[in-house]
Amino acid sequence: MYQTLRRIVRIGIKTEDAPAPATEDVVVARLQERILRTLGRALTIRHVDAGSCNACELEAQALSNPYYNLEGLGIRHVASPRHADALMVTGPVSKHMAIALKRTYDAMPDPKLVIAVGECACTGGIFANSYATLGPLSNVLPIDVAIPGCPPSPTALLQGILAAITNPARPLHADPRSPVD
Amino acid sequence: MNVAPLGLAAAPLAAGVPAQRVPVSAGQLLTASRLAWENGGRLIGLWGSDERDRHRGFCIRVALEDRDGLTVLEHTLPDANAHYPDLTSIFPAADRMQRATYDLLGIAAESDDQRPWLWMASWPIDQFPLRRDFVPSPVWEPGQEEYDFVKVEGDGVHEIPVGPVHAGIIEPGHFRFQIVGEKVLRLEERLGYAHKGIEKRFETLPILDAGRLAGRVSGDSTVAYAWAYAQAVECLARAVPPPRASWLRALCLERERLANHLGDLGAIGNDGGLAFGLAQFSRLREDVLRENAAAFGHRLLMDVVVPGGVARDLAWEHVHRMHDEADRIGREIVALRDIYDEHAGLQDRFRNCGRIAPELAARLGLVGLAGRASGRAHDLRCDFPCAPYDVLSVRIASETEGDVWARVAVRFDEVLETLRLIAVITAALLDPATSGDSCVTLGTIPPDRLATGYIEGWRGPVLVALESAADGMIRRCHPQDPSWCNWPAIEHAIIGNIVPDFPLINKSFNLSYSGHDL
Repeated sequence: MYQTLRRIVRIGIKTEDAPAPATEDVVVARLQERILRTLGRALTIRHVDAGSCNACELEAQALSNPYYNLEGLGIRHVASPRHADALMVTGPVSKHMAIALKRTYDAMPDPKLVIAVGECACTGGIFANSYATLGPLSNVLPIDVAIPGCPPSPTALLQGILAAITNPARPLHADPRSPVD
Repeated sequence: MNVAPLGLAAAPLAAGVPAQRVPVSAGQLLTASRLAWENGGRLIGLWGSDERDRHRGFCIRVALEDRDGLTVLEHTLPDANAHYPDLTSIFPAADRMQRATYDLLGIAAESDDQRPWLWMASWPIDQFPLRRDFVPSPVWEPGQEEYDFVKVEGDGVHEIPVGPVHAGIIEPGHFRFQIVGEKVLRLEERLGYAHKGIEKRFETLPILDAGRLAGRVSGDSTVAYAWAYAQAVECLARAVPPPRASWLRALCLERERLANHLGDLGAIGNDGGLAFGLAQFSRLREDVLRENAAAFGHRLLMDVVVPGGVARDLAWEHVHRMHDEADRIGREIVALRDIYDEHAGLQDRFRNCGRIAPELAARLGLVGLAGRASGRAHDLRCDFPCAPYDVLSVRIASETEGDVWARVAVRFDEVLETLRLIAVITAALLDPATSGDSCVTLGTIPPDRLATGYIEGWRGPVLVALESAADGMIRRCHPQDPSWCNWPAIEHAIIGNIVPDFPLINKSFNLSYSGHDL
């Protein structure tokens, strides 16, 4: 226990904070403040992998690491769609996931947001013309935000989540000037 | 494997490792498989292809690895009504591979288990996507299948279905538990939810362009797949990448291994109840990914390894930074390992949880990291090292306990060895002797050649079999993820454990769904 506590104290708090010189960190810090100002309450997200190659999943998981600290912004991932405000979908919507995806969406109470994450969910990506996929998420569900990238960086994901909660009425794209890989 | 005693003729197969191809009849397919098994061989892959356009019916290929290298047995079926022998009694992992081959090509093994594996009522059951005359129809709506899960009868036995949508941010798959109280009597997996038709997609792409697709079979292993694909292409083109490319490829592969092991160590600790571990390891993983982005332009290193070499060279300041980073991360990992090892609560979760004994691992044909944790000490970087591993003397990590603790221990050992390798590789990259081109241009690739690439990805050996068509196109490409061999093992590992330990056991394997489903 002592070693654990000692390490926690030694490493310290890594969550990034504004202001800082113009690097990727600055964009994250600005996003954190804007998200905190905009959100009147916490946002809950249900993620569904609709046939992704799992790269987008890795970057979505990274949002929970100490640098991005998604939970510190009041945004949580939830297991049940009944508790979710936003549905985050990765992948080109494989036909085998279509029913599970639709059921998850239907189970979410209104108002709900849909966020398409990654090239495949946005355009179908390299798997677009396939007997096994339904193509971009917009073929299956109404979307509020599309976050391109293969995969989008956690910063781009944060920007997209912000875009979803500031203007859900029309489809938006994440800031193309952001350092998306 | 020497097949001469069976009266078989082997031909050399262009591959990243010593390899041969052996045409076999049905009976010979069985005897050769048995010979391989008796000599410590293991099944790596099984796939089919439609050869009717060449008046050769269908071809079944079985890839086996032993201490001599790769042997690809090739068996021809005259038509779709012919069956081939069931290899499940020799190699249990063959069961799902055979069922998947039927779903995609309509050629069946003489097996008792004829349930679909990759088919889920999304196309008519009498249509076979990998046949060359397959025409998809837009009227085919995704359907719902009735899958025959094996039920356990008895007093108090309950059934829990889990998935395909899972609680956390992970890939889709279905797990059907038969339980009494909290104890799991039986687990049956149902995979295929992430099936994207990758093998069919390959056949629409030029050989030199399809590395992008190979790198997206399983995003967390993009470097391993891209390198295995590039290896296959270079074999087809009879080309050798320049030495600097090999060093850069190894650097990328080791950084991929590093990032995945760091992520896993954190996530496994979290699943065991130690959120501190997740915080610390995910922080380290983020450091690695940010360095990847700065140095190579992509956090996960996608599209860096290409046929012919690497897409971009590495500036020397990044080489220096990676050299220093390896040292810093190493010291942190040693400290974290001590914390993990001394944490009584965590060790209580890890020890004896999800155990696959070495005998069972051998029977099941476990490969890769999970295999090494159960006494199966195989690692392509040691057994059949390609450049530059032939001068790196990789130390293999192995345990025999086969439980979650062992899979964690192997990861710790491998991550420290990977950091040592990164230090050596970066030192080599700074040596003027390794300066030069990082990529070579490949000429036209003649049709009808077969080659395989074979690379030790972070979870196990990745095989890419590639056959060229005319005009530089792909005739057939089959990527074989090591997860095919290891997914069935989780059904064994969970028995006798409690349901809440399933996420921990599953995460300790961390197998690929997308890499498996194709």
